[in-house]
Amino acid sequence: MRKLLNTLFVTTPETYLALDGENIVIKKEDTTLGRVPLHNLESIVTTGYLGASPALMRKCAEKNIGLTFLTNTGKFGSRVTGGTTGNVTLRKKQYRLSDIEEESLAIARHFIIGKLYNQRWMLERLTRENPMRIDVERFKQISGELKNYIEDIRLIDNLESLRGIEGQAANRYFLLFDQMILQQKSDFGFYGRNRRPPLDNVNAMLSLAYTLLAQECAAALETVGLDPYVGFMHQDRPGRASLALDLMEELRGIYADRFVLTLINKKMITEKDFVKKESGAVILTDDGRRIFFQKWQEKKQEQIQHPFLGEKINWGLVPYAQALLLSRFLREDLDGYPPFLWK
Amino acid sequence: MLVLITYDVATSSKNGTRRLRKVAKKCQDYGQRVQNSVFECVVDATELTKLKKELVDLIDEELDSLRIYRLGNNYQKKVEHIGVKESFNIEAPLIF
Repeated sequence: MRKLLNTLFVTTPETYLALDGENIVIKKEDTTLGRVPLHNLESIVTTGYLGASPALMRKCAEKNIGLTFLTNTGKFGSRVTGGTTGNVTLRKKQYRLSDIEEESLAIARHFIIGKLYNQRWMLERLTRENPMRIDVERFKQISGELKNYIEDIRLIDNLESLRGIEGQAANRYFLLFDQMILQQKSDFGFYGRNRRPPLDNVNAMLSLAYTLLAQECAAALETVGLDPYVGFMHQDRPGRASLALDLMEELRGIYADRFVLTLINKKMITEKDFVKKESGAVILTDDGRRIFFQKWQEKKQEQIQHPFLGEKINWGLVPYAQALLLSRFLREDLDGYPPFLWK
Repeated sequence: MLVLITYDVATSSKNGTRRLRKVAKKCQDYGQRVQNSVFECVVDATELTKLKKELVDLIDEELDSLRIYRLGNNYQKKVEHIGVKESFNIEAPLIF
């Protein structure tokens, strides 16, 4: 398995990123905040305003380093990618299958089964570990519903029903999300998912976590030679990385949601790390975002046993491992796409 | 793995200063300058071979010297820093 390289996060406002030899140099006015050799980096995520030099962008594209610009609210701005590389036959296969509903469904089904399976695992685990603090009956009930949805998904024959079930299941799951928050309840209540803009602390963090995860999925797909913009469940729309969104489904709960819950429940992040804008939007402060990125990176470096590959890898390599498995399926080396089923 | 690279480049001639500059620049491409002619680079075996060749091509083996210390993958406990110019860990979260 590939080695997970580091991600460089630039959160200080007014910073400029430049290239010097094989180094990225982070500059603020006339001082150099730091310099890092590019070969140690997997991707660069910046929320600064000033941007990056064209030379650096070109170098990143050449070396396949993801360079992502987010706005200071954590919203996705843009991503620099180089010329499409990889395997043409693999990509053509992807395009062909995406045009056939039946074939798309066969793959999309597994993304959603993975998602529901993992969410169920989260619910079950919470009832086991915190039976006194949550409404066990309700958790068991919804966990049972998710199980039924998984059964239903096996039988459906069109994408429309799949999207329908996915939506219903998401609603049921999010009903319990507030109860999964065990600490700092008064500052971190969850009353439903909202976005563009997120209106409370929890939604602000969920949005940022999903943005980061989507970027990582898109980069992982590109690394194995797939086109992140052509999806199976998510329909094509200009500028939307549909396949990255597909791939992300199975990781949303287990990776992003759980990450956000950990930050709250372990009190790594507190009320003072957020500000409410006049528009009602809630965003993380500069310090808050710093903590968020730091913990995100630490999480990515944690080791897990990949349930299908049976190999120990970093959490951060899971999107890559799944992209790899998807490409193996498209090449017909595997009979089906094996979603990431955590246990 | 972490490798530590130190060098002595004879700067008595005009060519020497040019070599010194080039060697420093090359080391910086691969790693972090921790002291004046001391660099720490986190590289894999391929990158190390490449770096070594590039450095050997730059120096004048009659006059200059180069030392490479391989500190392995578990280098964290092998390095201790005292005093000013604290360096950063290239494999820890990088947030600026």
